[in-house]
Amino acid sequence: MKPIKELNPQFLESKENKENLIQYLLGVADNYLILGQRLGELCGHGPNLEPDIAITNISLDLLGQVRSYYQYISQLKGNRTTEDDIAFLRKEREYKNVLLVELPNTDFAYVIARQYFFDVYNLMFLNALQQSADETLRALAFKGIKEASYHERFSGDWLKRLGDGTQESHNKMQQAVNDLWIYTEELFYKTPADQAMIRVGVAPDMDVHKDSYFNKLKDQLTIATLGVPDVPYFQKGGKQGIHSEHMGRILAEMQYMQRTYPGAKW
Amino acid sequence: MKDISDFILNIIESVMDPEIPVLNVIDLGVIRDVDVVDKHVTIKLTPTYSGCPAMDVIGDDLERAFAAHGYTTQVELIMSPPWTTDWITDRGRRALEEYGIAAPLNETADKDALLNNKKLVKCTNCGSKNTNLVSQFGSTACKAMFQCDDCKEPFDYFKCLK
Repeated sequence: MKPIKELNPQFLESKENKENLIQYLLGVADNYLILGQRLGELCGHGPNLEPDIAITNISLDLLGQVRSYYQYISQLKGNRTTEDDIAFLRKEREYKNVLLVELPNTDFAYVIARQYFFDVYNLMFLNALQQSADETLRALAFKGIKEASYHERFSGDWLKRLGDGTQESHNKMQQAVNDLWIYTEELFYKTPADQAMIRVGVAPDMDVHKDSYFNKLKDQLTIATLGVPDVPYFQKGGKQGIHSEHMGRILAEMQYMQRTYPGAKW
Repeated sequence: MKDISDFILNIIESVMDPEIPVLNVIDLGVIRDVDVVDKHVTIKLTPTYSGCPAMDVIGDDLERAFAAHGYTTQVELIMSPPWTTDWITDRGRRALEEYGIAAPLNETADKDALLNNKKLVKCTNCGSKNTNLVSQFGSTACKAMFQCDDCKEPFDYFKCLK
């Protein structure tokens, strides 16, 4: 697809632009890292073999995608920053993922609700990102969308299977949907860096897709015989670096090896 | 890809996908360009799935294969255009089938097969199309699991990626 806008060739010569781009990229990429880590926890713990393999496959895709983004960031940062530094050596407040992806795997219904809420957004996002003014991002979007559509098919199928399944699975699915719904809107939250990148055409303005996102969720929940939560407010914070109590625990586990044995390699 | 000598091509073709050891990297369709200057080879490679650990191994194996002939190697990853299963060669598709992995169908048929709407994937054991999807995800990122309802053989299907 063709970019909506052409990027000024001198764009990256401005320090401010570069920093905004890095912050924007972190806001995108950290979602993949943290969700990938969360899903990875389920390796060997899935409810049965097939979903176990599926979830770890999805985790692998996300971790693979995040590497490309971090490689791009490390290239922008220079100073021999590596993708591992970015993944493993930041402090909690420097991670810019949304709260949704850091929430625990409470039970399989939560895993599916979290995944579906994210996948639907991610597909719309990657679709729009294919028209980014940034060539690297266009390529990553084009690549990522193929994998993301498999993810959405998986989580969407399970949403319906559990919602429209037994009374027990229905109740659990409804509970998960109710609890996670307040975290959906943060996906559309824009930081000042995001806004700057939207202005130059690097980032898509996801506000345009907000209605279709929520309409899609509502439609699919209805098909799954689930009720659509009606909440007066939404929770946010992660994109600004203000995380839930769960984040510290994820980082403790994820960063343990690099912090104990700095520079450790396979 | 530029014209390369049979000698260089043979070295490249000696490198197999570590997960599917009957498929060499040319047949897998991941080699975009090869440039040989004196005893140095630059290879441009397109990754299949983003997180596929086979990519790192393929890079190392290429280096090792060329080192055995006194060449140094540099492998560069090319992200765009992204890899598609259409780049698997006909020889590669036959190798997959013989190995017991059903080769990817076209995009529309693939969708129908993976949604379990239509029986389109051919059993690699008995050839019957009376097969069923067991899981959209399989032993590696690129495969789905199927089972034949006639001979009962479980087998992998290489998913269409386009």
